[in-house]
Amino acid sequence: MQSKIENRKSKIAGMGWVTPLGAGLDDVWQRIANGERAAVSEVSSLHAPRKHAAMLVPPKLVEAMGRNPRLRRSSAISLFTAAAGLAALENAGLTMTPEIAARTAIVFAIASGGVIYTRKFYGQIVTQGANTASPLLFPETVYNAPASHLAALLGVTGASYTLVGDASVGIAALRLGGQLLETTDIDRVVVVGGEEVDWVLCEAYRSWRLARTPLAEGAAALVLARGGAVTLRAVHDGVPFFNRAGAARAAEKVHADLAQHGPVDLVVGCANGTFVDRAESASLAKYFPDTQIAHPKKSLGESIGAGALMQTVYAALAVEKKQARSALVSVIGFNQQASGAILSG
Amino acid sequence: MPDPVSQPCAVAVTAAGVVSPLGFGLDETLMSLRAGRDCVSPVTRFDVSRTRSKTAGQVEDGRLRIGDCGLRKEKRLHRASRMMIAATRELFAQDQKFAPELMVIGTTSGGMSFGEAFFRACIKAPRRADDTGGRAAWLANYSPQKQVLDAQEAVGIAVPSQIIANACASGTNAIGHAFNLIRSGKYRRVLCGGYDAISEMVFVGFDSLQASTTEKCRPFDKGRTGLVLGEGAALLALENWDDAVSRRAPVLAKITGYGISTDNHHLTQPHPSGIGARQAMERALASAGRQPGDVGYINAHGTATPFNDASEGVAIAELFGNRAPVSSTKSMMGHSLGAAGAIEAVFTILALRGQFLPPNIHFREADRPIDIVANESRDARFDCAISNSFGFGGTNATIVLGKA
Repeated sequence: MQSKIENRKSKIAGMGWVTPLGAGLDDVWQRIANGERAAVSEVSSLHAPRKHAAMLVPPKLVEAMGRNPRLRRSSAISLFTAAAGLAALENAGLTMTPEIAARTAIVFAIASGGVIYTRKFYGQIVTQGANTASPLLFPETVYNAPASHLAALLGVTGASYTLVGDASVGIAALRLGGQLLETTDIDRVVVVGGEEVDWVLCEAYRSWRLARTPLAEGAAALVLARGGAVTLRAVHDGVPFFNRAGAARAAEKVHADLAQHGPVDLVVGCANGTFVDRAESASLAKYFPDTQIAHPKKSLGESIGAGALMQTVYAALAVEKKQARSALVSVIGFNQQASGAILSG
Repeated sequence: MPDPVSQPCAVAVTAAGVVSPLGFGLDETLMSLRAGRDCVSPVTRFDVSRTRSKTAGQVEDGRLRIGDCGLRKEKRLHRASRMMIAATRELFAQDQKFAPELMVIGTTSGGMSFGEAFFRACIKAPRRADDTGGRAAWLANYSPQKQVLDAQEAVGIAVPSQIIANACASGTNAIGHAFNLIRSGKYRRVLCGGYDAISEMVFVGFDSLQASTTEKCRPFDKGRTGLVLGEGAALLALENWDDAVSRRAPVLAKITGYGISTDNHHLTQPHPSGIGARQAMERALASAGRQPGDVGYINAHGTATPFNDASEGVAIAELFGNRAPVSSTKSMMGHSLGAAGAIEAVFTILALRGQFLPPNIHFREADRPIDIVANESRDARFDCAISNSFGFGGTNATIVLGKA
């Protein structure tokens, strides 16, 4: 199968993120580059008393968002998503007007969704009975709730897509964003990835033997447009794999394909302490030998649905700061596909 | 106005597969649609003693055996995967030479019931600190991408996937996005569709919102009282028109237009003016180069909730008057959420091919001046139809389909 790699037309016009290390672009980037790690919190529940390590977003970073009438009942993931999306637009120098909103699309990447409200809602069903389940919680459990809130805040009335997948979903969102820019009559796409942490998510990833790096939460956003300081030189459409052994082959295919798109002098890797690490490091050694590798998940944790876009923001900032002329974002998901992108100045 | 379906990048549907309460496969489904079968039945998969509504459109479990993937693996497959596999196999049986470059699939809840089982197990028997195993199969088969990969593996393909979770519009969004990718020349063949399997959490969710009914599902009826949930899967093989013709592929229908809009009125309710629905339909018709007067059938979203049908009814009445016949096939099988748009696209293709209009059953009295195909299917001559899907979050999507 011939892979599809393209996108030179898409530029990154703005960026924003809300992370366990903070929300300032330059500040968080420097702290990651310095090897600083976010504080690890203990997550547990009366229902499931074993303790989990997680990297959580400091509540003060999204306090203001929670006061917005549209978001007053929403889950943390919507607050992160809205905060990161608005920060990216501000970074792009855009003030939303109805005219700008009409030519703006949203693509939202997600892996686990609104797990806090989902767990609470289903918990009510299981422990108290279906007739007690709160209608206030259910709408926020829907995967596209965060994108809907962001669209309402921005006044977007056109395309809004929510993509769900594994940790590679952020790259799929970048690709969909680029496709929308090229195939529809819009000027920009706000691409956001978000994740929130709950004990049930920690239980799940631990049971699945995938919680080697602390799970983390937050959101990362990029404004794609036809002009901007950083170019999405290549975005891979992904290579699926059906088991963990297949992940290594998928990573090799992605890296081999992207190596055809010119040299890179920084790799922003997805190493997270799981089977992914071996697959990634072996492939990078083959196709991008002697290239500096950054591992932002050591600092920010594994934020799954937000993870690839966190990596992308880190890479874009490195290019913008001229710490690298071009950077590869390398992503291997847990159970869907490997993917990647190359950014350049 | 040039007819875009004759342009180089028009999009052909060369095969389709469907599993729904109306039947397995195109032939059974066609018979059910023509007969206007009521395929809603009492819920049996979970306890509904404490919910208001008690019924749903359900796919027969006994027919969801995969058979050739090994018993151990089959036991691990979620019902949603089995539906996807059955629909995908039917599609490839029709067009064995179809070689997709990409899969675009809509869903709202993946393998949700496995997530429910995991949660129940967590609170019933908490784990020890060093205990990591035993529940991994639920988790591995819970996430929405797993059903997509299971379907790929079952038919021996391995292609990248985009999984759209735009609530109840997901299936139509998936087809529409795939259509745009092919028409723009970025891809030549895309496998698209949607799936969802009924789960306790989602069932109770709609019940808690009092969006589901305690009686029959009566879309667009003045006395409608709410939706009935359903389930299923449907896949469509989309291909560049010229490619399909040159390889003499069996063309079932054409996709000729797609429109998407976002209505920011409320997370779960459409604007009463119908602005979101109207924009989606107008944009789809513009994309197809068609006028409202060209449309010979509207497969409506028609959930039978008071808010949806009021809003959609206004939009249809304003845009089409009573010139285009309308039906909601959800009256027969319920609302299959992320699968709905894909299943209803297949229904619309069957209607175009068979030159009939599927009925809107349980209909008694109109509350809008629109032409409802009430209770019995009608013979008709038409070459253009639209299919609507609207979802939570204000997502609205419409596709335009044409006779091959």
